[in-house]
Amino acid sequence: MNGPAILAIDVGRRFVGRWALRGIELTIPEGATVLLHGANGSGKTTLLRVLASALSATTGSVSIFGKPAIEARADVALLSHADGHYDELSGWDNLDLAVRLGSGKGDVDATLARVGLGNRGRDAVRGYSAGMRKRLAFARVLLKAPKVAMFDEPYAALDPAGHDFVDGLFAELKAAGSTVLVSTHQVARVAAFSDMAVRLHEGRVAAPEAVS
Amino acid sequence: MNSILAECAAVTRKELVHLWRARSRMVATGTFALATLLLFSFAGGLDEDALRRNAAGYLWLGLLLASTLALGESFRVETEHNAIEMLLLLPVRPAALFYGKAIGNLVVLVIVGLVMVPFTVVLFDAAPKESVLKLGASIFLGAAAIAAPGTMHAALAARARSRDVLLPLLLFPLVVPCVIASVQATQLCIGGDAMGQFGAWLTVVAAFCVVHWSLGGLLFDRVVED
Repeated sequence: MNGPAILAIDVGRRFVGRWALRGIELTIPEGATVLLHGANGSGKTTLLRVLASALSATTGSVSIFGKPAIEARADVALLSHADGHYDELSGWDNLDLAVRLGSGKGDVDATLARVGLGNRGRDAVRGYSAGMRKRLAFARVLLKAPKVAMFDEPYAALDPAGHDFVDGLFAELKAAGSTVLVSTHQVARVAAFSDMAVRLHEGRVAAPEAVS
Repeated sequence: MNSILAECAAVTRKELVHLWRARSRMVATGTFALATLLLFSFAGGLDEDALRRNAAGYLWLGLLLASTLALGESFRVETEHNAIEMLLLLPVRPAALFYGKAIGNLVVLVIVGLVMVPFTVVLFDAAPKESVLKLGASIFLGAAAIAAPGTMHAALAARARSRDVLLPLLLFPLVVPCVIASVQATQLCIGGDAMGQFGAWLTVVAAFCVVHWSLGGLLFDRVVED
């Protein structure tokens, strides 16, 4: 592994009336797979969104491969709770838009088939189940082929076959040298293939731990 | 990285495809605009000359009121599943997002404006004395003058809890000058332009467009970024 893929220095994020994150210090090496866990409301989602530059930090700074996070967006993919799909467009249209806006040069049809939506790709997303929406969000990550991939509750809404698909995806990203952050309550499952774990408690890093 | 034109074309394409798939949105906007025209035709009384003199004003008031529906809806789509955030995390320029969305809103307003014209002619006995092309130009530029600041302020209001109230409060005072100029240009098309003033009023609207389409492209990132 080389230098840090993600470097967070004294990162804090304040929402109206309360701090969601305080004094976060993180150094994540390139190519590492990191488990992010903690109780509900501990700040996992906020931390991922700040690291991905979807939210700005109130204090401190985040750099990705030495660049401010906002300048490194081309290298980062975030799969978050809100899937970001347009309901009236088809799955294919949603992915095609991402490709046209510079998110990778992958084959949309092949990617849809890979996530198990090959026969429903031309249907409007409005008619998708929660699991299918999740699979489409994974397809967007796959198309981007990011250097840093962040996943917020990736197993939620998926069936057992979907869980296996997600495990395979993480293995594939790791083999490709991507840095992977996974926020989940399925701690044992993700810890099995993680290089380190970060536990958050009330917006602070409670324990950076090596797990392997 | 793609050129800004390619990015803008991709966003515009998305807007138009979405518009077609959710055409009930445009039907609702058009119906609201026509209902407003109908109400004005009753509220204006029986004086045919007064109705004809004020026809352009009624048309633009109807379009302005209906625009808040179309503009608000265009950003509800973006915030519903946080799609705008996903777009911003792509390597795309915020200015391209602005121009793509503004062009999509312009298309809606122009279509609704053009649909309103024959109804205005019938309800207010306001057949245009000048060429239809001039009338089309005044509607196109006036709609553009609403679409750019409207897109900007719809984005600003989108995350607010009371966004439906906030949007007209922010937008209407700002677009008053261009609506006045558009009313004058349209009224000259309907009533005749004996003094040759049409060009001057249209220039005022065009200047407003240049300012707001430029400002939107420059400032949109500050509005949509957290």
